Amino acid sequence: MNRKVKFIAGGLVIVAALAYLIYAGVSQSVVYFVTPSELGAAPVAGKSYRLGGMVQPGTLKWEPKALDLRFVLSDGQASVPVRHRGTPPDLFAEGRGAVVEGTWSRDGYFQATTILAKHSEEYKAPHDASQAGYKELLKTLRGTDGKP
Amino acid sequence: MTPELGYAATVAALVLAVYGSGAAAWSAVKGRSDLRASSERAAVGVWLLITACMLLLVYAFLTFDFSVKYVATNTNRGTPFYYRITALWGALEGSIILWAWMLSLYTLIMVSRYRRTQPQLYPWALAVMLGIAAFFLLVMTIPAPPFERLSPIPADGRGLNPLLEDSGMITHPVALYLGFTGFTVPFAFAMAALIVGRTGDEWITITRRWTIIAWYFLSLGLLIGGWWSYHVLGWGGYWAWDPVENAAFMPWLTATAFLHSVMIQERRRMLKLWNLALIILTFSLTIFGTFLTRSGIIGSVHAFSQGSVGQFFLAFLALVVLGALSLLAWRLDRLRAQGELDSIVSRESAFLLNNLFLIAAAFTVFFGTVFPLLSEAIKGVKVSVGAPFFNLVNIPIFLALIFLMGVGPLIAWRRASAENLRRNFLKPVLIGIAAAALCRALGVANTVVLVCLALVGFVAATIALDFARAARARRRTGDAWREATWGLALRQNRRYGGFVVHLGILTIALGVAGSQAWSTQTEATLNLGETVELGGYTIRFEGLQAAEESNHFKVTGAFTVTDRRGPYTVLTPAKKFYPQEQTPIAAVDYRLGFFEDLYLVLGEFARDGSHATIKIQINRMVSWLWIGGLVLTLGAALAIAPERRRTPAVPRAGERAVA
Repeated sequence: MNRKVKFIAGGLVIVAALAYLIYAGVSQSVVYFVTPSELGAAPVAGKSYRLGGMVQPGTLKWEPKALDLRFVLSDGQASVPVRHRGTPPDLFAEGRGAVVEGTWSRDGYFQATTILAKHSEEYKAPHDASQAGYKELLKTLRGTDGKP
Repeated sequence: MTPELGYAATVAALVLAVYGSGAAAWSAVKGRSDLRASSERAAVGVWLLITACMLLLVYAFLTFDFSVKYVATNTNRGTPFYYRITALWGALEGSIILWAWMLSLYTLIMVSRYRRTQPQLYPWALAVMLGIAAFFLLVMTIPAPPFERLSPIPADGRGLNPLLEDSGMITHPVALYLGFTGFTVPFAFAMAALIVGRTGDEWITITRRWTIIAWYFLSLGLLIGGWWSYHVLGWGGYWAWDPVENAAFMPWLTATAFLHSVMIQERRRMLKLWNLALIILTFSLTIFGTFLTRSGIIGSVHAFSQGSVGQFFLAFLALVVLGALSLLAWRLDRLRAQGELDSIVSRESAFLLNNLFLIAAAFTVFFGTVFPLLSEAIKGVKVSVGAPFFNLVNIPIFLALIFLMGVGPLIAWRRASAENLRRNFLKPVLIGIAAAALCRALGVANTVVLVCLALVGFVAATIALDFARAARARRRTGDAWREATWGLALRQNRRYGGFVVHLGILTIALGVAGSQAWSTQTEATLNLGETVELGGYTIRFEGLQAAEESNHFKVTGAFTVTDRRGPYTVLTPAKKFYPQEQTPIAAVDYRLGFFEDLYLVLGEFARDGSHATIKIQINRMVSWLWIGGLVLTLGAALAIAPERRRTPAVPRAGERAVA
């Protein structure tokens, strides 16, 4: 009997340790998912948020030399200015959905550490307008580089 | 014509699978061999029909038959030849075909292997396998028909997701699905054992190799997925704790637990109930993973189409879990252990702890993945826990598992004496401590890395010690060196295969620890001819070049790299513009090295080529992951190989316990 008690006690200790580990893990890394209106209503500086919205057209500013990226995320009702250090990810563009992770800064903007762009899976027929755009790009680059 | 033929083949296969499953079960109940033979023919028919479906879909891809929606969505006229074939499993509908096809193939192999040798368990196992195949065929018929028509027929397709145009996408899904479907065989035999009431170790012995093979393919699938993420996605990482990755990782964890706990059952007649529960859990998790990722209930960066598929998988999952648990409850009285634990300090309890930790890891992964759902349901707040949660919780668990990896194979069965512990573990413990101390002296400051190094040193030393001892014993009996080492490994291939797999895992552990602790990165915008420095490399921007490829348009940057010794290489990261995508896709360029990889991602650039933004990463020890994968492959191959006995008269029962 004694042996069984020992095993059960050992098991309980491990389960308790695990429960504590999960509790500590959650409390340290929990991130609140908010929309621009929710964040605008009650921003808490220094708290971790995951902010989702659409990149408002005309607000995207990119300073290559300073690696400074600024844009406004909007959900149609409220908008939040976002700043990020580094190049925007590939799937990121004006008028598209994006989720940013970071904190609300006391100076009145959202400091993003990560940008997750939303990938769209919808069926879209290829449109010629963008292809013309690429052709133009191709010409410009060939002009400056002098290589085929 | 192709879509109609494909749809007809799908429905026919569904009918045949349902019939075959029923016939196999009825033949077992009534003992009618004619029905059994008929169900076997049905299994062959199912395989032929699903093969026909696959070939028809491939044909539709190769001929650009855009009247098939799946083809129009996943390919276009510019898609290169190879990717038109692999586009087959580029999205949900095709993956289900691939899954069903592998399942039917495994069923055929099972039929040919066990038809004569396992008259009692085999018909039930066949019934279960065909029943599961019927579910996948049902999914192919109703919620995810691969041959759905598109009207009006577009002039060109949308094209394959550009991220999937990679060699990793040829092998990753295949390996992963071979792993997932592979667990169906042990599951089917477990169910058969419960139904028939032969709940001993028979089903475990029969399916031992299947389990290792499935486990190996699942491991390989995960590793190739990591490699794909590393060299395609351009963030320099190989694992993001994304729900999709977690969905594949959970069954891996429970399967690993199963692989170990069956040894206890074979050896000590314990844990019968536990092993059945583990295989049920593993199989259920493969279904759950598909439900999780395809139902859209969890947001993932992997983009998947959503639909009613999720409900089908949820209903099937409920059926599997309830059915299996009812069988388990029904046979509970036959599942009492015949042996019992003698001491906490024994091999049994080391394996038990290993199982406990693996299940704990699976639980934490599960918890973290569904946490957003739980929180929204209970508190109404949308929250999530990201990579920090998984890392924080899993690092201690995995370190404990590495420790047990050293203890388990060497500690004595039943009760380990102080002498046994001293003899087996004193030297390895000292070696582990010495390894950590040496690395500390060399400048390694990170505590977690040091603990990991100490544990890896310890485990590697136990393996070396054990092998050296066994080889020396062989030498004493007069064997030549070759026979005493290589021959020994081949003769006790299960044990030493397992050791080699452990070495592979150790290598991977070092790669993970090193890359997490020591990688470094920077970002800079460079004018033509300007340079930036990172970690001893000087990177100079030489210019941009544009080119038109078959299905996209590519802007490539040229960067010359010099290291401390002089010119090192030229790296050409690029951005690819696909007409069907609104935004470009990065094509990273890298130089892999044993200790560090140099990894360049092209960011924004000026259209006139005057400046470009570049992200530079030095990822340390990432290659150890891929090397570990190779070692793991060797080990798994060794463990699967048929046992070679030189002198069958010599009893070796005591030696074959660990693999």
